[in-house]
Amino acid sequence: MSKGIAITGMGIISAIGNNVAENFQSLMEGKKGISKISKIETIHKDDIMVGEVAYTNSELVDLLGLSTENNYSRTGLLGAIAAKEAVANAGIKDMKAYKTGLISATSVGGMDMTEKYFYDYLENDTNRRYIESHHAGDSTQKIAEQLGIDNSLITTISTACSSAANAIMLGARLIKAGQLDRVIVGGADCMSKFTINGFKTLMILSDTYNTPFDENRKGLNLGEAAAFLVLESEAIVKAENKTVLGYVKGYGNANDAFHQTASSDHGDGATLAMEKALEVAGFTAKDIDYINAHGTATGNNDLSEGRAIIRVFGDSPPEFSSTKAYTGHTLAAAGAIEAIYSVLALQNNVIFPNLNFKTQMKEFNITPQLEAKEKRIQSVMSNSFGFGGNCSTVIFSKEQ
Amino acid sequence: MEALKQELKENIIEQLNLEDMSVEDISDDEILFGGGLALDSIDALELIVMLDKNYGIKLTDPKEGRSIFESINTMATYIQEHRSK
Amino acid sequence: MKKVYINSISSITAQKTFDNSEFLDEVIIHEDQVIFAVEPVYKDYIPPAAARRMAKGIKMGVVASKLALQEAGLEQVDAIITGTGMGCLRDSEKFLSGIIDNDEQFLTPTSFIQSTHNTVGGQIALELQCKGYNFTYVHGSNSFESTLLDAKLQLELDEAQNILIGGVDELGDYTTKLNKIIHHIKDEKTNSNNLLDSKTKGTVFGEGANFFVVSNKKQDTSYAEVVSVEMYNTLSQNDVAKTALNFLKENNLTVEAIDAIILGNNGDVEFDGYYNELTSTAFSNTQQVCYKNLIGEFFTASPFGLWIASKILKTQTIPEALKRNHLGTASFKNILLYNQYRGENHSFTLLKTC
Repeated sequence: MSKGIAITGMGIISAIGNNVAENFQSLMEGKKGISKISKIETIHKDDIMVGEVAYTNSELVDLLGLSTENNYSRTGLLGAIAAKEAVANAGIKDMKAYKTGLISATSVGGMDMTEKYFYDYLENDTNRRYIESHHAGDSTQKIAEQLGIDNSLITTISTACSSAANAIMLGARLIKAGQLDRVIVGGADCMSKFTINGFKTLMILSDTYNTPFDENRKGLNLGEAAAFLVLESEAIVKAENKTVLGYVKGYGNANDAFHQTASSDHGDGATLAMEKALEVAGFTAKDIDYINAHGTATGNNDLSEGRAIIRVFGDSPPEFSSTKAYTGHTLAAAGAIEAIYSVLALQNNVIFPNLNFKTQMKEFNITPQLEAKEKRIQSVMSNSFGFGGNCSTVIFSKEQ
Repeated sequence: MEALKQELKENIIEQLNLEDMSVEDISDDEILFGGGLALDSIDALELIVMLDKNYGIKLTDPKEGRSIFESINTMATYIQEHRSK
Repeated sequence: MKKVYINSISSITAQKTFDNSEFLDEVIIHEDQVIFAVEPVYKDYIPPAAARRMAKGIKMGVVASKLALQEAGLEQVDAIITGTGMGCLRDSEKFLSGIIDNDEQFLTPTSFIQSTHNTVGGQIALELQCKGYNFTYVHGSNSFESTLLDAKLQLELDEAQNILIGGVDELGDYTTKLNKIIHHIKDEKTNSNNLLDSKTKGTVFGEGANFFVVSNKKQDTSYAEVVSVEMYNTLSQNDVAKTALNFLKENNLTVEAIDAIILGNNGDVEFDGYYNELTSTAFSNTQQVCYKNLIGEFFTASPFGLWIASKILKTQTIPEALKRNHLGTASFKNILLYNQYRGENHSFTLLKTC
């Protein structure tokens, strides 16, 4: 068993709020951020529902004080807003005082701008500055610049929908190994036509509000969001007498090795990820008080994940819920969004409800938590699973 | 009907990149999924798009495809009954 | 802490590097601004049912990974960590142009699935049935170095014994056009022999896959020990030499102990200055090795530098085509690598004989 890594700051922007406080309020009030799409012109607009961040790009540009000639993708804009909140929340005054890194996660990167100007780039030079902000690492470079992180270890992870969970994992490992004293970890993904159409071809988009773990679930709603957490070493926490919001206590990544996009019938990879995370935390299943499930509301995920939860926790697991009914599936950001929700659950001793559930799934008897519930919570498990069989679990605890 | 079957075989080979196969390798009643061709769920989604694009047939639930795509025979029958182009 | 060794290497590039029994015995001289990989016969390595959906990048990655496993004598690894700057570009271009050209209709899932950045890592896991740790890094010119750092952390702490790491990027026709209009690719055709001294803006683009098995178990056939790898998102040109020397100092080495320095010069007059800072000052009396004139520039070109370093340390020779200066160094113990792209994402890597 190893010591947990302290979380000292959090920042988030999602369909249910532009900061941590607004997100918490929406979670408690059962307020969904899912609606018809408004910011992207698509022929699917009447067939899908999405979770959009309220701000337009130009509002985000103003908030960040960028010039109109900037070449930030929406991914970079959202990421910078959330990362700045996290750093402010951690009370960081001098970024250079400690060896600081940044690990971000994204799947779409700068695709939002590329898809807008793809053919136009050849015709005229007005928007060509976005060509070099297409690649996935660019948004991370921009976020680092916004935070004043230079000459430093920064990188980007892209393992589809488990990306940000993996960023948190890597950050915790880098501090444990003494490579960094402080690391800002998280992820950002904006809405794009590319992902809308991609998921559309897979026929896993719901035309109404997504209903995780419901027998009649019709698929997922895509969401856009960014979230970052500040992780700091024990030495910094002591030296600066920092307030610790929670600890990254355990983590595990495993591969399902079953199918390029689908999860295995019995959730082999998910089971392995949860077991590894418990092992790193030095926990048994009994130590988990709440599971923030991946719960995308696709037929395949919820069945596979539910079975994996039963494999790890038995027939009466702790309360579990998916918060994707609130935010939509925020892809590479999801692991960080839900990490923050997990820490909020710890801090406030509350379990957030699994909205939109009506009918029990017939394959098993476990039922998600349907109402907000107060409970003394010591540890929370958060699951994130992605294409390519990528399965990740992170455990957050009050105690180190 | 025979022409349709021939066309389906050609399209399947092209759409699913079955490079080392020819039309003669696919018999009309051969099981397409889990059988000799070993097609999978991604191929099923590709075939759903083919129905839409070539024959104007829209499936909204991938599960509907299971019985339709059982063999060239079942596909051809379904297409003949439901095509709008 | 355990030591970390490179136990096998494999490379597919615009040179005939996939045959690992050779060390650039014959060099292909390229003339174009965009140079394509010399490909092995994929059918020899990938069953047709699996290959049918794979674009070139995936095939290169899968074959390079198989070659690396084969050389290491392994059928399974504990973890798979890949790096890619642009992901599977051809599928991304195909899916995106499909969206635009057909007004979002009649799109098929295959190219979308393949465009996901972790496709190569996922497919390797699927084929090996490897349920272990599986990460993909996508951080520009530090995509591969991130895999090396991650693997090194795990091996040092004995969390894994054998890890497959690699970098892969493919050329996409449309993206090539875009890189030409913003002059990241040179305006003029440039011969491989002249690229590094071209004194013009932009570079020549290439593609490839370079994979390695790194391990904390040394074998008789191991190539080298990975001593250290460090990454910097930014670094000013003035600080490059100082940072390099500090890096050596942290590893208890001096400039004199470095027998060769492998550099990522790509002939871009705007950014090769970073490398010149090292070659004209601290490392002017060190054997200098350059390679991007032979394989082109791409976000994961730098692992080819690691492939070269491994070969040099094992064979104790440097092919003439790689030598930037001629010092007659006869034995090689410590090799330093430095790379960056367009002034961003710098890396220093230190290898030694084992």
